[in-house]
Amino acid sequence: MNVVTKEQNAPAEVAAQSQRQVRYVTPLADVDSTDEGYTIRAEMPGVNKSSLEITVDNGELTLVGHRQIEAEPGESVYREIRPVDYRRVYELDPTIDTTKISARIEDGVLTVTLPKAESVKPRKITVE
Amino acid sequence: MNIVRYQRLPQTDLTAAFDRFANLRDEFDRVFETSFGSVFRPLGSLNRWNPAVDVYHNRDHYTVYAELPGLKKEEIEISLRGDTLTISGERRLEENKGEGARTERFFGKFQRSVILPVPVNSEPVSATYKDGILKVVLPKAEEAKPKQIPVSVS
Repeated sequence: MNVVTKEQNAPAEVAAQSQRQVRYVTPLADVDSTDEGYTIRAEMPGVNKSSLEITVDNGELTLVGHRQIEAEPGESVYREIRPVDYRRVYELDPTIDTTKISARIEDGVLTVTLPKAESVKPRKITVE
Repeated sequence: MNIVRYQRLPQTDLTAAFDRFANLRDEFDRVFETSFGSVFRPLGSLNRWNPAVDVYHNRDHYTVYAELPGLKKEEIEISLRGDTLTISGERRLEENKGEGARTERFFGKFQRSVILPVPVNSEPVSATYKDGILKVVLPKAEEAKPKQIPVSVS
């Protein structure tokens, strides 16, 4: 990241750079594993299909969910909900078939299914 | 001539101090017993699902948001008693087939109550559930709304 630029007094540029430092919160997630593969269930309330970004790159699965925040209905009396987007990164077991990864989100719960490659699953070998 | 009278410091001589220490230890034991119990039992409110809530208000309404992902409408109960709004329900554990599951999410019963500072009408209260967030809108009672009082000059 370039800290020193030619134009030090360009306020619009400075604002744009600081906006890129977005904060994230780590969503709670359950990971379930079987011989067939893994299932990740992550809680991302306020996120729907259109605001979800899931990428697989170099053995890493990145889950990013952007909250859909509505306009505040008045003054706040009490706040606990953090209006921050969600992000979680997983290192993938090499036995996972990355071409078969699927995901769906419902009621703020993201379910990612990561099946293991066929060749890795235990199988019986018949004796001739 | 000032003579400072020697006085034994009340209640803070050594034996009393030790007594207080022992009491403190008892207190700790009590806390641990009631909240923690055996190591494997859920830790009272520490291990219960406490969904986060936000409360907003404007001239006419209170709006309460609660983060409740992964529920069905039928699993959420909302009740209003006087000035207290209570959101409760239970999230059932989904079928987990595998071993070696890492669990961070909470399951089971949950309950949050919000005491509203100003009276509300019980009708019409609306509640919607979208993307795991519950939104309850409660209209303020007519007499609780801020009123303009006209000043007349005679």
